[in-house]
Amino acid sequence: MAPLDDYARLLGTAEVDELRVMARRLEGRDIQMVNSTAVGGGVAEILNRLVPLGQELGVSLRWDVIEGGADFFEITKAFHNALQGGAYEAKPENFDIFLAYNEQNRARLRLDAEIAIIHDPQPVALINGRQNHFGHWIWRCHIDLSRPNPTVWKFLETYVNRYDGAIFSSPEFTRQLPIPQYLIYPSIDPLADKNRELEPEFIRSVLEQFGIDPGRPILAQISRFDRWKDPVGVIRAYRIVKRYFDCQLVLAGGGATDDPEGGAVLAEVRDAGSGDADIHILELPPWSPLEINALQRGATIVIQKSLREGFGLTVTEALWKKKPVVASAVGGIPSQVIHKHTGLLAHSVEGTAYQIRFLLSHPDIAEKLGSQGREHVREQFLITAHLRRYLTLFLHLIESR
Amino acid sequence: MKRAAEPFRFFTASYVTRIGAQKAANLRELGEGLEHCSDNSIFHHTYQTLEMHHFLTERFSNDFAQWVLAAMNRAALAEQLGGIDIRDYVSLAELRADLTRAVRDYCKARPADSEQAALEPFYFCESIKVTVPLEREAWTLEAFREGLESLSHASIYYHFISSRLRLHLRTNDFSLWFTDNLELPDLAHRANRIDIYTNTLDTTKARLLALVDRQLNS
Repeated sequence: MAPLDDYARLLGTAEVDELRVMARRLEGRDIQMVNSTAVGGGVAEILNRLVPLGQELGVSLRWDVIEGGADFFEITKAFHNALQGGAYEAKPENFDIFLAYNEQNRARLRLDAEIAIIHDPQPVALINGRQNHFGHWIWRCHIDLSRPNPTVWKFLETYVNRYDGAIFSSPEFTRQLPIPQYLIYPSIDPLADKNRELEPEFIRSVLEQFGIDPGRPILAQISRFDRWKDPVGVIRAYRIVKRYFDCQLVLAGGGATDDPEGGAVLAEVRDAGSGDADIHILELPPWSPLEINALQRGATIVIQKSLREGFGLTVTEALWKKKPVVASAVGGIPSQVIHKHTGLLAHSVEGTAYQIRFLLSHPDIAEKLGSQGREHVREQFLITAHLRRYLTLFLHLIESR
Repeated sequence: MKRAAEPFRFFTASYVTRIGAQKAANLRELGEGLEHCSDNSIFHHTYQTLEMHHFLTERFSNDFAQWVLAAMNRAALAEQLGGIDIRDYVSLAELRADLTRAVRDYCKARPADSEQAALEPFYFCESIKVTVPLEREAWTLEAFREGLESLSHASIYYHFISSRLRLHLRTNDFSLWFTDNLELPDLAHRANRIDIYTNTLDTTKARLLALVDRQLNS
């Protein structure tokens, strides 16, 4: 984990000095984060960066992880999918199991912090552990709640409504709630292996290792093999572009072992891409940050042609690397890709292909979009900006009581 | 070098966004929202945009104009809203009135347009501000320059842009201090003329530093 001074070297001392000044005002305040996993997944990745940085600033910030059996996590995974709009037949015993594990964790954890940030649905019922309305309890929702399964949401809503506020990653993801709703974007760490600067020789070696020609334009979508990411649609867009440009396509994603649908989607993608040596379908090992970084940096244009999307941190990663991005206008992507300013948005295969052709024809515009995209990420979507927003919220909560 | 009667005290401000309950799916609803949303919401979508997107000087500088163009494809109204300059206002009430009037007049002249569905809704949000003193002050122009050079974007924005609302004057913290404490009205005037719409916060700072340097060398 890089110390704060390393961020100061990258982002300027003023930004980091101000974090220090803000943190001093939180001296003696006990702040707690609670989520459902210490490793794996975007939330854990962010907390693994955010919590040590907060602690280095002197904030008394602790992080607890709830425990649960396989039955609990199967149910919470089903809840997660249902809340994002997937079909789900909820059985009454599922809610009982959910609450029983929350109760066990309530009894196990010390829940007496002045500010408690409870992440996502899994630990939402810990609010039962709040003592005499003490402290500020905030529910941090990382998922898209715009079209939730009504049964699951009705159950969770009774707990959410007892919090003092909720945090969402995009206004589109919110619900009508009787509590204040705050907007805090997720973030990337510019010093993590997935995002840090790389030597050109290393980027070239990774491209060559995968049989990609660094001398010709490279279109890349780096994303899970998931139907919502529409990898087959990306191939269709590429085939249109290929009529005009001698380009290559890279579709790279993590292993499919933890996703029952992943294998089937990968087979569909391989089938759709067969017969074209310029289509590179790469199944990367689960932990390949430097390879992902190199593929993004080696790309001429980064695509994210999702049909549905959470926030879309793969877009953030590409923008930070000054890459021109062509992406779908779904989920949190329009917050990042401001059309014609920090990238180009599209709504179809044909639109995606046209925007790619436009950028390949106008490298000067592509370069400008990439530069402005990086500035946008610098201002809004880096871990330091994320931490600043949390500090601001903590100060607001304390000063407003 | 003249010593000021009162030091310049450097602050920073930090914002967290609160998502409001109101949203607009067409121009009529935008007009209603403008009329009824909180002052903090007007601030968020006009002033705060100048900080959040300061590096995009070719973009419309307020969210209302940007949405009317991107989600409604109404370029003339977008230009009208985008042309509203926050420097002409010392209160959010006046700014709200002009924004509302522009949308209402447009809808009145083109009733069919006012009900046309937007590509995506406009979400009214609010900025919640936390102000923090930076434990730094300047008694002379040299010390001020040193402080200015080390300011973040947030601090420049606080002193140079959002200060207008706090002061209820068509000026900024820096210019006010130059005039009241260093008796440098020309420097104050030149600083206040820096165009906050066509400059980024970085180029604004560079221009301010250049003006101060010129003063120090004169």
